[in-house]
Amino acid sequence: MLSIPCPWCGPRDETEFSYGGQAHVAYPGEPSTVDDSGWAAYLFFRENPRGWFAERWMHRAGCQRWCNVVRHTVTYEIAASYQPGAPRPDVA
Amino acid sequence: MRLDHGFVDRTRTLRIEVDGAELAAHPGDTLGSALVAAGRQVLSQGIYTGRPRGLVSAGSEESNVFVQVLSGPGEPMVRATELEAYDGLRVRTLAGKGRLPDEPDEGRYDKTYTHTDVLVVGAGPAGLMAAWAAGTSGARVLLLDDQPSLGGRLLASRSTVDGLAAAEWIESMRGRLAAMPEVRVRSRTTVVGYHDHNYLVAVERRGGHLEETAPLTFARRRLWNIRAGQVVLATGAHERWIAFPDNDRPGIMLAASSATYAWRYGCLPGRRAVVFGAHDGALAAALDLADAGVEVAAVLDVRDAVGPQVAAALAACGLEVQTGTAVRGTLADGSGGLSAVVTTAGQVIEADLLAVSGGWNPAVELFSQSGGRTVWSQDLAGFVPDRPVQPTHCVGALTGGVDLADVVATGARTGADAGRAAGFKAVELVPPGVGNVLRAEAPPAAYFLVDSPAKDSARVFVDLQRDATLHDVRRAVGAGLSSIEHIKRYTTIGTAADQGRASGVLTVGVLAAISGRSVAEIGTTTYRPPYTPISFAVLAGRDRGRLADPERVTAIHDWHVERGAVFEDVGQWKRPWFFPQPGETMDEAVRRECIAARTGVAMMDASTLGTIELQGEDVGVLLDRLYTNLFSTLRVGHVRYGVMCGPDGMVLDDGTTARLAEDRWLMSTTTGNAAKILEWLEEWLQTEWPSLDVRITSVTDQWSTVALVGPRSREVLAGLAPELDCTVDGFPFMTIRHAGVAGIPARIMRVSFSGELAYEINVASWYAMALWQAVCEAGQPFEITPYGTETMHVLRAEKGFPIVGQDTDGTVTPQDLGMSWIVSKKKPDFVGKRSFARADTARSDRRQLVGVVPVDGRSRVAEGAQLVAHSSVLTQTPVPMHGHVTSSYDSVALGTPFALALLDSGSSRHGEVLDAVDDGLAVAVRIVSPVPYDPEGERRDG
Repeated sequence: MLSIPCPWCGPRDETEFSYGGQAHVAYPGEPSTVDDSGWAAYLFFRENPRGWFAERWMHRAGCQRWCNVVRHTVTYEIAASYQPGAPRPDVA
Repeated sequence: MRLDHGFVDRTRTLRIEVDGAELAAHPGDTLGSALVAAGRQVLSQGIYTGRPRGLVSAGSEESNVFVQVLSGPGEPMVRATELEAYDGLRVRTLAGKGRLPDEPDEGRYDKTYTHTDVLVVGAGPAGLMAAWAAGTSGARVLLLDDQPSLGGRLLASRSTVDGLAAAEWIESMRGRLAAMPEVRVRSRTTVVGYHDHNYLVAVERRGGHLEETAPLTFARRRLWNIRAGQVVLATGAHERWIAFPDNDRPGIMLAASSATYAWRYGCLPGRRAVVFGAHDGALAAALDLADAGVEVAAVLDVRDAVGPQVAAALAACGLEVQTGTAVRGTLADGSGGLSAVVTTAGQVIEADLLAVSGGWNPAVELFSQSGGRTVWSQDLAGFVPDRPVQPTHCVGALTGGVDLADVVATGARTGADAGRAAGFKAVELVPPGVGNVLRAEAPPAAYFLVDSPAKDSARVFVDLQRDATLHDVRRAVGAGLSSIEHIKRYTTIGTAADQGRASGVLTVGVLAAISGRSVAEIGTTTYRPPYTPISFAVLAGRDRGRLADPERVTAIHDWHVERGAVFEDVGQWKRPWFFPQPGETMDEAVRRECIAARTGVAMMDASTLGTIELQGEDVGVLLDRLYTNLFSTLRVGHVRYGVMCGPDGMVLDDGTTARLAEDRWLMSTTTGNAAKILEWLEEWLQTEWPSLDVRITSVTDQWSTVALVGPRSREVLAGLAPELDCTVDGFPFMTIRHAGVAGIPARIMRVSFSGELAYEINVASWYAMALWQAVCEAGQPFEITPYGTETMHVLRAEKGFPIVGQDTDGTVTPQDLGMSWIVSKKKPDFVGKRSFARADTARSDRRQLVGVVPVDGRSRVAEGAQLVAHSSVLTQTPVPMHGHVTSSYDSVALGTPFALALLDSGSSRHGEVLDAVDDGLAVAVRIVSPVPYDPEGERRDG
């Protein structure tokens, strides 16, 4: 079970969180100007890297706040967690 | 036969029963040692071959003798070598699988969650030293061991540590650790899982040995969930079997295990022994047996050279090691037990014990579970841990250590390292000296398979529990399999209860021997949790029965119970389904309730609807973005119905929202979706539009709601709220009023989920019962009728109001539901809007909501029934499917059963006849408008 560092509460068990998929996928400012393939990319396409991945978690059984977490998809190591809207930090 | 040494308390006798026969045991015995002491040799049989089998080990390597525990709550398939004897223990030996007891397990099971700086797994000499060293650093330490007593292999050792006999040193260490307030020690606790981020799971057997005396309220087992800063694995090693013809006879036992029976349990597993090994440790076992009084007839070693120290010690007992010699086969007596051993030198040696040791397999299971790889060490003749991938430290026999002096020294150092890594100041401990140790001086041989004729290979056992042989491995190789993972699945080797603990590495070695490949190249299979089987009762803990999931009840629940309501589960809520009167069937009750709501007045407890309060300047902006229709223009005191979609344009939820003040709004959601919608709002607010001035909170539990429904509901309300203007113009549809109802401050909304004149009266939950009773009383002259969710569903279906999640399934747009009217054309954007222009969403032949009535006017179709062309031949599959029924009811208002369905191009197919098929039975149905009752909405004003 992962230990996820909530930026507000500190490290907590994974079972307290719900998963929100890839981070930094912003809702398009003016969806009507996005063409079909761009809209499909926003709706359906997500990265699936082998390595570091920025993803969203929500501390459901705790503060109920969203955060972004940079996690390694092979080792499950967590390098950073930060508030939504903050830029993704550089990790090794 | 009992000796006078070891860890068994001979002053007390325990009575146990095996297969109906009484057996004596003593505290400290396992069932295995009691059987050995009683001279019982043939105890089991091969699951497929039926060949007689006996104990092969004294511990967790046991792969032959499993028992069904009959006493206490009972347990299937327990290793005889791990089952502690207690007075009244009753077991049945098993040939093959055990059986789950038929009786429910009334025992208590607990869970605990803990954090520790350093977790030490295994309390052998390495683990004890590591725990002591880590504890000295000031770190919080948890030391877990699966045995009843600490000490690990020292329990069977005649060595001294720190000038003390092994037993005394173990006791001194126990005292030392107990004196450290931050060190916790648990024996009888098996770590079964090593998961991510140093999360480990262990099972503590608290009452296993007390079964008869412990009260039921005493938790028999405790599941430990542990988050550790650093983990020290001191899990030891398991002894390895050797493959040769007829290596499965009762009386053939692992060498160290036979010495363990002699020195830990004080019982002899045989009178006359042959010892057969491939490393100096096996020779030390021969010495242990001889010193315990076993006549050692021969000592065989496959190597050409053995360690001089152990050879000299054996010579002092008059024993000579026959080097370069192996066992070629065995003979049995009439009972199937071992009678003689045949060597490769051609000797036939009479013996009732053959002590075998192919070497040590470091217990890498937990390390492997942690994500670490294992690597083959030719020097150690075993797979050992490679670099750890978590904060893990490996020590002792797990790393191939066999020298006691070295093991205690590295144990101390590793414990100090772990303490430091956890952020504490560790002190270097001076490791205690050891004595009476036979050093392993000559390198072990990586020896697995005795060369034998091919015709014998079906009697060369590789996995005793699976009854799998060299013949099976050869067959797998012959079939073209080379990966050890494939061979495992083809032969089933390593898939028994021990998950390959006893057979895994042996199989790799055998495969290497017959294929000419190297052991390192073949590698091992993957070890997965749990390390040892654990019962579901342990995993469930106290989360059973009513405690498995919380039950939510409304403030009016007791009244419903008293009135004999039949309840339905909606999420975690218990909701009245219908209120049968004496002798009434469900259909009759629902019919009566429906008639009351359509012609008189009826009432329902609607408190379970999700209620969310929103406050702030920008609530209107938020709602405009999330609902398909416009909300910011809603005037204070008014209510609007809305539909929410996901960005993909599919319906997510629906409900009404009222504007209480300029900056205060009250949103209702469906019962099952309350938490989901609150999270949905929060997600957009937190991650996309944090600058909006909106605060939201759930008030579902704070408010209770009584729905008052039917043409006469106005009269009932007017009687209860004399100050409220209840006229059609004074209190129009889709508005909200604040007034006293039966003297209770209330919010009253004129909304309708039935098409009838209706009100929802909301009061603080404390007053819910008082309000409910007052409404009952005021409604009495009108024969007010309480109704449940079934009637609610019939009434809403007659009006074509879909239930999100029942009539929709995540592939349905508002347009598919015939609700284009609620999708704003004016708003530049809302969540879901862009997707309505996608080619797939804009298709006209999508599955759309329709009404369905049986052509015969009588048959109620099943929910989930498939819609197919009329008179389809159902035997010619596949039958093209046009849609499916989502809701189905008897409708007294329509005079016919009525259903809602999703149908391809449904909105343009009204009038068509199709078949609704369920369970092979077709009912002819006519497609109609989904709003068959009062389509003009003339009834809503009463």
